[in-house]
Amino acid sequence: MLVLAIASMSFVLLIGIGLYWRASPLFETHSLWSLFSGSEWSPASGKFGFYPFIMGTLWVTFIAVVVALPLCLLTAIYLTEYAKSSVRKVILPLVNILAGIPPVIYGVWGIFFVVPIVREYVGPAFTEYSSGYTVLTGGVVLAVMIFPILVSIVSEVLRTIPKELKDASLSLGATKWETIKKVVLKRALPGVFAATVLAISRAFGETVAVLMVCGNVPLAPGSVFDGGYPLPALIANNFGEMMSIPLYDAALMFAALLLFVIIFLFNWGSRIILNRIEHKYSS
Amino acid sequence: MGIRKRKAEEWVFKALMVAACLVVSSSLFLIVGTIVVKGVPYLTWDMVTQVPQGGFYIGKEGGVLNAIIGSLYLAGGATVLGLLVSIPISIYLNIYLKHGSLLGKSAKLAYDVLFGIPSIVYGAFAFSIMIWLGVRASLLGGIIAVTLLIIPILVRTLDEVIATVPRELKHAALSLGATRWEAAKVVLKQIKPGIYTAVLLAFGRGIGDVAAVLFTAGFSDNIPKYIDEPAATLPLAIFFQLSSPIPEVQGRAYASALILTIIILVIVVVSHFLSAKHSKHNL
Repeated sequence: MLVLAIASMSFVLLIGIGLYWRASPLFETHSLWSLFSGSEWSPASGKFGFYPFIMGTLWVTFIAVVVALPLCLLTAIYLTEYAKSSVRKVILPLVNILAGIPPVIYGVWGIFFVVPIVREYVGPAFTEYSSGYTVLTGGVVLAVMIFPILVSIVSEVLRTIPKELKDASLSLGATKWETIKKVVLKRALPGVFAATVLAISRAFGETVAVLMVCGNVPLAPGSVFDGGYPLPALIANNFGEMMSIPLYDAALMFAALLLFVIIFLFNWGSRIILNRIEHKYSS
Repeated sequence: MGIRKRKAEEWVFKALMVAACLVVSSSLFLIVGTIVVKGVPYLTWDMVTQVPQGGFYIGKEGGVLNAIIGSLYLAGGATVLGLLVSIPISIYLNIYLKHGSLLGKSAKLAYDVLFGIPSIVYGAFAFSIMIWLGVRASLLGGIIAVTLLIIPILVRTLDEVIATVPRELKHAALSLGATRWEAAKVVLKQIKPGIYTAVLLAFGRGIGDVAAVLFTAGFSDNIPKYIDEPAATLPLAIFFQLSSPIPEVQGRAYASALILTIIILVIVVVSHFLSAKHSKHNL
């Protein structure tokens, strides 16, 4: 059992090493800098510029967080501070079911619900033409996908705020909202930050749902109404045909390695913060 | 600030919170609603009872039974394999290790991090293992990838469940002269319903994931008879059919999405009732 436990833990390392090993042929001919800054992607002529894909990933992730964070923060505050427990008991399970919906279903929903809205209403209001398959669409779909993780973790963090602290503020004549704004949120800030980082890393790696709605244009997006091509989508779309072109599979493995390293660091950092909060609470 | 202004601010933010809460909790209904509206007109008996016939992909007869069975095999196999690994791990971490030991803490962190690794990275990693071992895209390959994906889910869920068992129970068993293994059996008996919940959670995740099976399971119009044959999966079937220009085929994608959603919702409801029913009789 010890062996099993250690073996499966060291999987984190193993994945990193394995991906690095498969990606390493790429480093012999390309500098890391040229991979990050190059914007030309033509595997057949050996050009692997990841800049458009990195930008695509950053755009959809950023939009997702901007949309989801305020909504989820307000929801979590409402559920922990204001709502009756009967309301909480209905809404939290609903949000949790959201976490179980498969990515491909989110994708289908995105195509039939978010894409038309962006194409018919939001797009024309701001630009001349939008196909609807944009980084905005991808961001909105992703935002819904990170609702559960944000709402559940932020609620848990808010619940760890000592009641005495709130009572003290209330008894000094602060309104409930003032107490939340100046006492609760201040105290919960590290936890909210950790939850956000966790949500960002979740958004970073989401593949299929985003791929289905964000257009997959290998150019760095210039506005929210442009299509984008995030890193995971790049891997998913090209994995089948990569074997025939030299270095192509190494380049895709590099993309996977990049995702892995970023997500690993983000997860690691935020989990340490969250564990500390939980620990403080339980002791 | 006057009291009236302060009250007004409180009121505004409370309204915002209720609105945010409505948006977040209604998104589930929006998603399921969209899928139902789109899928119901195309859902026929043939869809769930037949494999693709000749010309299926240009809109002729057949169904997606191959993908339904393929998904069930795949998620089932991965769940069984995942349980075989994760039950010993969580027993070891919770019963054999001292509470708060370094190994225990780092294990918890490692599984939290592994839980956050996106399925596309697991898919890419499993694919490299398969190339290394000389396994081609098959049911086996898909099971390996999905098992990797769900082990962290299983370990984390089991860990939480075991944490609900009072530590005194373990101590009582040990002080009566039981070995740690016998104490583990006592605890296991206590957490049986929790194991069911973990299984359903992992199964649901396994059945819905696309990115991990995209390169590892392959695709086939037949129901796999052996483990080394390629297997269709429901999410992939949705994904492929959706990209077809033919309306009938697209319609089948909607119907397939509806089937997948129904499977997921059934899993959610069953696990909800299981945990609700058993938590009453627990210690």
